[in-house]
Amino acid sequence: MKKYQLGEFEEIVMLTIAILYKEAYGVAIKNEIENRLSRNVSMGAMHTALVRLEDKGYIKSYDGEGTEERAGRPKKYFQITALGKKAMEYSRNTRNDLWRAIPKMALDLKGL
Amino acid sequence: MSAPHPLPPRLFQRFFRWYCHPRLVNHIEGDLIEVYNVRVKQLGKRKADMRFIIDVLLLLRPGIIRQRRRYQNINHYGMYKSYLKIGWRKLLRNKGYSFINIGGLATGMTVAILIGLWIHDELSFNKYHKNYDSIAQIWRGGTDPSTGNIGGGHAVQYPLGPTLKSGYQHFFKHVVRAWWVGDFTMTIDGKKMAKTGEFIEEDAIEMFSLKMIQGSNQSLRDPYSIILSESTAKAMFGDEDPMHKAIKIDNTIDVQVNGVYEDIPKNSRFGAVQFFAPWTMIEELQKQLKNAQADWDNNNLMVFVQLQPGVTSEEANAAIKDVYYKYMPKDFLATVDKYKPFVKVIPMSKWHLYSEFKNGEPIGGRITFVWLFGMVGGFVLLLACINFMNLSTAQSEKRSKEVGVRKVIGSVKQQLVTQFLSESFIVVIFAFVISVILVSLLQNWFNNLTGKDIALPFANPVFWVASAAFIFITGLMAGLYPAFYLSSFQPVTVLKGIMRFGRFAALPRKVLVVVQFTVSVIIIIGTLVVYQQVQFARNRPVGYDREGLITIPMNDPEYKGKEEPLRTQLLSSGVASDVAFSSSPMTQIWNTTGGYEWKGKDPNIEGEFVRCRVTPEYGKTVGWKVIAGRDFSRDHATDATDAIIISKKAAEYMGMENAIGQTLTDVDEFGKHKWTRTIVGVVDDIIMESPYEPVMQAIFLPDNGNSALLHIRINPQLGAAEALPVIESSLNKVVPSALFEYKFVDEEYATKFKQEQLVGQLSGIFAVLAIFISCLGLFGLASFIAEQRTKEIGIRKIMGASVSNLWQMLSKDFVLLVLVSCLIAVPCGHYLMTSWLQKYEYHTDISWWLLISTCLAAVAITILTVSYQSIRAAMMNPVKSLRSE
Repeated sequence: MKKYQLGEFEEIVMLTIAILYKEAYGVAIKNEIENRLSRNVSMGAMHTALVRLEDKGYIKSYDGEGTEERAGRPKKYFQITALGKKAMEYSRNTRNDLWRAIPKMALDLKGL
Repeated sequence: MSAPHPLPPRLFQRFFRWYCHPRLVNHIEGDLIEVYNVRVKQLGKRKADMRFIIDVLLLLRPGIIRQRRRYQNINHYGMYKSYLKIGWRKLLRNKGYSFINIGGLATGMTVAILIGLWIHDELSFNKYHKNYDSIAQIWRGGTDPSTGNIGGGHAVQYPLGPTLKSGYQHFFKHVVRAWWVGDFTMTIDGKKMAKTGEFIEEDAIEMFSLKMIQGSNQSLRDPYSIILSESTAKAMFGDEDPMHKAIKIDNTIDVQVNGVYEDIPKNSRFGAVQFFAPWTMIEELQKQLKNAQADWDNNNLMVFVQLQPGVTSEEANAAIKDVYYKYMPKDFLATVDKYKPFVKVIPMSKWHLYSEFKNGEPIGGRITFVWLFGMVGGFVLLLACINFMNLSTAQSEKRSKEVGVRKVIGSVKQQLVTQFLSESFIVVIFAFVISVILVSLLQNWFNNLTGKDIALPFANPVFWVASAAFIFITGLMAGLYPAFYLSSFQPVTVLKGIMRFGRFAALPRKVLVVVQFTVSVIIIIGTLVVYQQVQFARNRPVGYDREGLITIPMNDPEYKGKEEPLRTQLLSSGVASDVAFSSSPMTQIWNTTGGYEWKGKDPNIEGEFVRCRVTPEYGKTVGWKVIAGRDFSRDHATDATDAIIISKKAAEYMGMENAIGQTLTDVDEFGKHKWTRTIVGVVDDIIMESPYEPVMQAIFLPDNGNSALLHIRINPQLGAAEALPVIESSLNKVVPSALFEYKFVDEEYATKFKQEQLVGQLSGIFAVLAIFISCLGLFGLASFIAEQRTKEIGIRKIMGASVSNLWQMLSKDFVLLVLVSCLIAVPCGHYLMTSWLQKYEYHTDISWWLLISTCLAAVAITILTVSYQSIRAAMMNPVKSLRSE
């Protein structure tokens, strides 16, 4: 049963939005992910994820100001909704549950 | 002011703006530019440009691209959905009207589909044969010197076939002689059965593209071979392999099955044929063909040809026109030169639909029925469409507000037309589904009636295309006028609530009702006239008594010389009150001969007679009426050589006031010795061919031992069921090898009416449906008017109007309309049917009582239809009708 659907990259994007809090718009999210996770994020992948998250109702957006370096195009800021927060918590809990369910031995052996 | 920023590649920026969803385009573009500007500073313009291009291309993915089609059509799609929904609700709300509309249209469409299938079947006649376009039949013609009319027939001389084959190879790929399709007795291991067969030259298999299941195109090459149709082979041999099985035909010739071909469909000239056999065999069965190789005097067989590729029938006609003048022996040619004999080819496409000839040209035949039924089908469908138009426009008041509001909100006329058309399409599609179900149910009944093999071709894509076109045309026919009418309302007037139509607002509706009833009344008149004509021809005196008379073909050589014992046996068994033999049947002309001479003969007339040889008891057996003189008799020993009996028409033809004792001279069949016979009796005319045509002059000669048919008058005290087994056993005693096959003369005679009867039956059905559809529409209109005038009726009742007053008031309008249609329909119907009757030489006249009673019936039906609604409205309690608001 899938209560909340959240892909790996989507989860990263949501976490980043949460980190940035009020400053979460396209380029900022991209830079934040690239800096923290040191991986390249393409514009396409990120915006598709954002569209999908918005469609699911996990994030909402509002238009911000346009700046000179954006040639006057407005920024779009993203915020996590209550549903989005639940989805994140759910994902974290399931992961924790899974971690806890792993017998210690297994990890030790694998660690070798 | 800051320094101008470098710009990202324009082309790709525009590309991005073009494909991106409008909701996202601005801020993503902003992000792109922002990143670009950062990159220009860090990496330089060239690399930033590259990265920009890569980003734009990577953004090209489903979540970002605008949904082009959906987005553009979204309004229309939604509107159609709403049109359909509203149309559906309308149907549900007005169940009565919906029923009338759909029921009427379904009836009309069923008629149209059935007629369409019938016409398709007629038009595809013979198309089974692959060489349809190049096959033709030879037709022989000549000019009658006294009248100048060109007459002729399909029967041609024996030598014509070989002549065409050898002398005209440039024009004909194949030339085949063929005998007439007929019944033959087949014997397998002593078991006898009658099968229909065609004796034809070997090229026929290739020419008529028979699909050989066993054997090959050469299967008819062996002179004693035969090929069977698949179903016949199955019927004769069951699951055994039929190849090389032995069969005896007419108890005379032993043949071997040499092939099996796929059944030819019913709608082909050879549809009834169950076996094909080589031509050489018929020469053994038909003795007269033995000496016919060089006989240019006898026309007794058929010739089919296939034109060479690229040769038109006109070219072939021009080439073979004078074949007789080139190849006939000069001395014989001299005797027939006055008739200007010629031959021509009749293409296969004309065989079925244009079988009637006038002046040597195939001018008509069944094609008339194709046109006639096509028109009737169209009209019946039109009637149903008129119902739809009338009911939709009559109810326009109910929908005027809707139209007004839609227009105010911004609908343009075009959209409203689409809306109303879509509603008519819903109704038509419903009606179509119902009519397809009806057609599948009625299929068997219709096939029985018309003798066809028609089925809805569900597997054929053409059928679906045709159906779609049919739905489309019907939908437009029914819906176009209401759609334009309803969508033309002015929003200001209708929303004010003033719907005052002028006196002439209902005029188009009235005109349509008049059209409906005019068509219906014309169809009814037509049906009645056809029935009357058939009845008239049936009651025509035939000149003999056809009840209880049976005819048995003597298709076995063993019959020869057994006539007397057979007669004695049958008479002594008590089942036959008399027995006779003749050379030709009662209901067909097998033999006409010319060249007779008599005293005072007009040199311009040919002296041609129907000739039949009969035994002395023939007259008594068939019950002919001797008008003058006497019948043949065994008591007059000289009858066999000296006597002849002629028909009344023959006496008129020869111009003899008193024929008895006069003489007639001719040569005998073998052209050897000339005889002169004395007329001993004149009998009433016997109708052998069409009961609609004038009877042909006939002469009866005493039998010379070449009888082909046995006639038995069944003892009137016995029923046919009792008599037949006794006749069979008597027959078996005398001629054990013969197959017992009999025909009732009255049944044979009845087949002459088959075509007219079918037309009568079909048009009767169409007439009933036409009037049913028209009345359905009238019923709907009446109920609408009664509903509309509820208040008026209430007030009138309070003021003292009686129920009968109101009933009259409400019915009057409709009766008037129907009277007007009768006034139009009667002269039209009279004119049409008179010209139809002209086709028949022997025809009835249209009586005035028939026309008047048709009109009275139409009015009576109208009053009945309208009365239910008008009386119901008139009986309503005014308290109720006035209180409701």
